[in-house]
Amino acid sequence: MREIVEKKVLSENDRLAAELRQRYREQNILCVNLISSPGSGKTTLLEKTLAALPQGSSVAVLTGDIQTDNDARRLARYGFPVRQIVTGGTCHLDARMVDRHLNELGFRGPGLLLVENVGNLVCPSSYDLGEAAKVVLLSVTEGEDKPLKYPGIFHRASLMILTKKDLLPYVEFNPDLALENARKIHPEIEYIALSSRTGEGCDKWLSWLNALQQRVRQQAAAVSS
Amino acid sequence: MHEIGIASSILECVAAEAQRRPDTQVLAVGVRIGELSNVDKDALDFAFEALTRETPFEHLKLEVEWCPRRQKCLACAEEFSVHDLELACPKCGANHSACIGGTELDIAYLELEEPCAKS
Repeated sequence: MREIVEKKVLSENDRLAAELRQRYREQNILCVNLISSPGSGKTTLLEKTLAALPQGSSVAVLTGDIQTDNDARRLARYGFPVRQIVTGGTCHLDARMVDRHLNELGFRGPGLLLVENVGNLVCPSSYDLGEAAKVVLLSVTEGEDKPLKYPGIFHRASLMILTKKDLLPYVEFNPDLALENARKIHPEIEYIALSSRTGEGCDKWLSWLNALQQRVRQQAAAVSS
Repeated sequence: MHEIGIASSILECVAAEAQRRPDTQVLAVGVRIGELSNVDKDALDFAFEALTRETPFEHLKLEVEWCPRRQKCLACAEEFSVHDLELACPKCGANHSACIGGTELDIAYLELEEPCAKS
């Protein structure tokens, strides 16, 4: 005897993520979820981002790792509230972890919440954290075919950032091919190439964040009016 | 790698549903997995087996329906499956289409023991 259930496997995570999304909307928080392979430059990009933001800006960072609080210590130097989420083996962040650490951090909007996921191109893409956008990073020391190998995350990400652009002269990496591959999976994905080390292109990333923040604010205003 | 977590979420759902039906045994759980869901079927089978071994769900079967990516053409509304990453509409050739399938990660049904089988 078959009984139809029709439930999302991750419905509990989705429920918590919906609560987070609601909280972000009410408090006017822009939450962005950064996802990449280990070593693609998420933490370095965040350092560059925090360094560029005016002191006193309302910004908080949650950074996920399987072990160590090295990243939080690196990021805390910029004077913004940072909290390390040590997953203890879990290969992704889920909505419950974000909720708990956000509460412990005591961060309230309006503002910007940057979430650095555990370095992994597979599992983090399945877990909604209530974010306004997922951003996928791909460094030039990886392969151009990564979007084809990991279509799930490139399909879900709004923006693809090509990192370590300054290394292009030293590696055989074709940025056009990488973008072409990403757009085979997700034709509308936005694209920025940058180098956190030299700072080239970082202004585009900051403008992208700014534009998204404004869009989210307008949407929130439209909903509440 | 997160198939253990996925399998355990499936089992939590089955356990909750089973609790609501104390007189029937759940024989199988049917799930839909999309090709963009980042879940590997073999790894999920393995995780499911590992998590159910020597538990009340030892004999529970996992039935997986694999769902390919499907798109709907924004020009002519044709719905089509995607092969070899070809997102252009097979009918009118337009390049703009919306994803309508392939991200599934759903529990679709439970197979329950026939009530009369017990008596």
